[in-house]
Amino acid sequence: MSQHCILLAEDSATTRAFLVATLEEIDDFEIIEASSGFEALKLLPRRKYSLIITDINMPDINGLELINFVKNNLQYSSIPLIVVTTEGAERDREKGLALGADAYLVKPVNPAELQDLVKKYLGE
Amino acid sequence: MAAEINIREFLGESEEIIDSLNRDLLALDQSVRHGKGKTDPALINNIFRAAHSLKGISGLFGFAEMTRLSHTLETLLDRLRMGKIQLGLRVLDLLFEAVEMLRQIVVRKGEGQTGEIPRLDDLLHRLEHVDVQGAESEADLFRRVGIGPEILSVLTEYEEHRLSENLREGVGLYQLRASFSLSTFDEDLGQLQQAAKKLGEIITTLPSADASSDEQITFILLLGTDRPREQVREALADRLVEVKELRAGTAPAAPEAKAEPEVEPAEPAEPAEPVVETGLEGSLRSISQTVRVDIGKLDNLMNIVGELVLFKNIIAQLIERLKAEAGFSELMIELFKANRALERKLSELQQGVLEVRMVPIGQVFDKLSRNLRKLSRELGKEVEFVTEGGQTELDKLIIEDLADPLMHVIRNSLDHGIEIKAERIQLGKPERGLIRLRAFQRGNHVVIEIQDDGAGLDYARIKKKAAQMGLADVSAELKPEELNELLFLPGFSTAEKVSEISGRGVGLDVVKSNISALSGAIDLLSSPGEGTTVSITLPITLAIIQALIIEAGTETFAIPLNAVQESLVVSPDEIQTIEGREVIELRERTLPLLRLARFFGLRPRPRTPEEEEYATDELFVVKVGIAEKRLGLVVDKMRGRQDIVIKSVGEALKGIRGIAGATELGSQKTILVLDVVDLMEEAASSLFRAAEVTGASGV
Repeated sequence: MSQHCILLAEDSATTRAFLVATLEEIDDFEIIEASSGFEALKLLPRRKYSLIITDINMPDINGLELINFVKNNLQYSSIPLIVVTTEGAERDREKGLALGADAYLVKPVNPAELQDLVKKYLGE
Repeated sequence: MAAEINIREFLGESEEIIDSLNRDLLALDQSVRHGKGKTDPALINNIFRAAHSLKGISGLFGFAEMTRLSHTLETLLDRLRMGKIQLGLRVLDLLFEAVEMLRQIVVRKGEGQTGEIPRLDDLLHRLEHVDVQGAESEADLFRRVGIGPEILSVLTEYEEHRLSENLREGVGLYQLRASFSLSTFDEDLGQLQQAAKKLGEIITTLPSADASSDEQITFILLLGTDRPREQVREALADRLVEVKELRAGTAPAAPEAKAEPEVEPAEPAEPAEPVVETGLEGSLRSISQTVRVDIGKLDNLMNIVGELVLFKNIIAQLIERLKAEAGFSELMIELFKANRALERKLSELQQGVLEVRMVPIGQVFDKLSRNLRKLSRELGKEVEFVTEGGQTELDKLIIEDLADPLMHVIRNSLDHGIEIKAERIQLGKPERGLIRLRAFQRGNHVVIEIQDDGAGLDYARIKKKAAQMGLADVSAELKPEELNELLFLPGFSTAEKVSEISGRGVGLDVVKSNISALSGAIDLLSSPGEGTTVSITLPITLAIIQALIIEAGTETFAIPLNAVQESLVVSPDEIQTIEGREVIELRERTLPLLRLARFFGLRPRPRTPEEEEYATDELFVVKVGIAEKRLGLVVDKMRGRQDIVIKSVGEALKGIRGIAGATELGSQKTILVLDVVDLMEEAASSLFRAAEVTGASGV
């Protein structure tokens, strides 16, 4: 059993299911799913996360705002964060990285790429 | 990899997204037509996001056409929401067409079809070549205003655009800063957002990292509003919010901008006071509490519940027998109590499962309004489509089978009912026709009314046509109900020329049989020159029903209780014969009778010696009714009510009229369930009338 807990913020249920399935292929992580940036914000203090994966375009609190909050908060700033961006939205991606995101992926996400990144950050 | 996720999940989500796309497009359509050139930016953004999500999930499954189409659609929508293209009716048509194409692709995927999709390339080309009107240059207006980099750095491209739009419009810009306790911030923030939304547009909600501590979290909201400064401060005064004016509004307060319903045509007026429980709903809709379930699983659950109900009935009978044999012992009483508790919980479970199957009929309404829009354009008739009661719930399976019959009726209304514009003007009617679709619950039934303000039914022509077809006697005086019946006969149509729309060789008879298959009834009410109302009455669910168990001849039957109105005891001399039919007079109305045993050709039931002793000539009559129709069923014995699960009958019994299905009683005996609608029709048919005359003398 893996000790790692991952926070996944993504508003499409299907994409979430896909990402979860991809992550579970690596190890049986505990994956906490949030369907919006707002929900992710609520879930942040509840666990000790080893990794955060977030989408950008979400209603209410967007992914950039989530990154900003995480990376400027001493409690969470050391958690590696992967941002999932849309093809073509370079501005959003640049902003995400400028705010402190550790890595980015472009939708549609290539499973192998995601798995490599996760393994890198979790040292698996 | 992708195959691991069920394709059903994909289909379900796609369908939902496409439905919401259509809803939003319709709202947009309304606001473009009737709103004074102002559309809700949130609406366009919703549509953009929906297209974006579709692209995302179709990419996962490698559905290339769908990815291409949703991507192209997304690009167009992006240009729209960034204000690079003007939204007009032509663009809207294109959007509708693209969404319809997406729906077709999803349907094809669902059916496992492959191969090229016709006309896709053409559509893609047209989507890509919508002309640019008024090129947009993204100005750095907001630096001047003094919005700090900490905010600018977290705005998505779209939010930046909204910000500059707000500035361009000259509205006031405020920065709200509020700190909430970590334990309650979701509610508090929701309330603040609700309050702020009433003033204008929330451009962003930013959780501020630096000012947040272990117990508190601080949010910064950017609000664009055309309200005067004092009003903004006042509205937010009691919310412990720090309000900072970044820029004062310069635009003269336009009168239309103040009228809220016009600014936000898609949203109904909000309640004046934010309610704590619902405070979150408006702003945080996406925190989904719903689970998508395959209807097959629910059917399975329903069957299990149905079987449990059977066992409950068996236990109840065993207890009765025990009581008769062993009397009331203490153990007996406890068994009795335990059984009562079981019964109660079982009925709760049953209710619960039934509720899960219920879906709002609004889903169908949305599909219909989409089709109607297309149709009215094809026919060149302008019509307003009003729906009411979309939240009325019906069993999912019934809803599924309802769209086609409803569409048929609406098509008829539009094609035959609503007059062309010139004619309407001449008649002094409003230029635009009206079709109103209304659903409401009445007892255990849901009634759906389709009302139009068209020409009404032309009874003279209906009669003439019926005579031509040899269906009716021209000289006979026919009552409106009887004339209506003619319309439902197979092959009946009065349309002078077969039109593309409703003359597809499918008549109202098909609508009727579709509705009957759902145990429903259909009624027509028409007044010449004023319009026609078609009402469809349906049971709320088909799965488990309460039934009255009766005996007729040597057989036992179940009558669905929702159709039973009362039971009567009638003495033979109350029965009169009118036109060869047995009727009784009941509260000044004539109730036709149908002797069940004779109808099904059953032998008379042998009486027990006990019954022989108390035998009278009196007859038991169960009065049934659906919609406006009534019938008295003559039965031999009533056995009481029971919950039953209707199963379909085998091939052997399929042809028999008057039978809806079969069910098992607790005693493991299979009995037949009567189809009340069918029986009422059979009783009314002239064929049966003749048979009644020949054998109409006593039991």
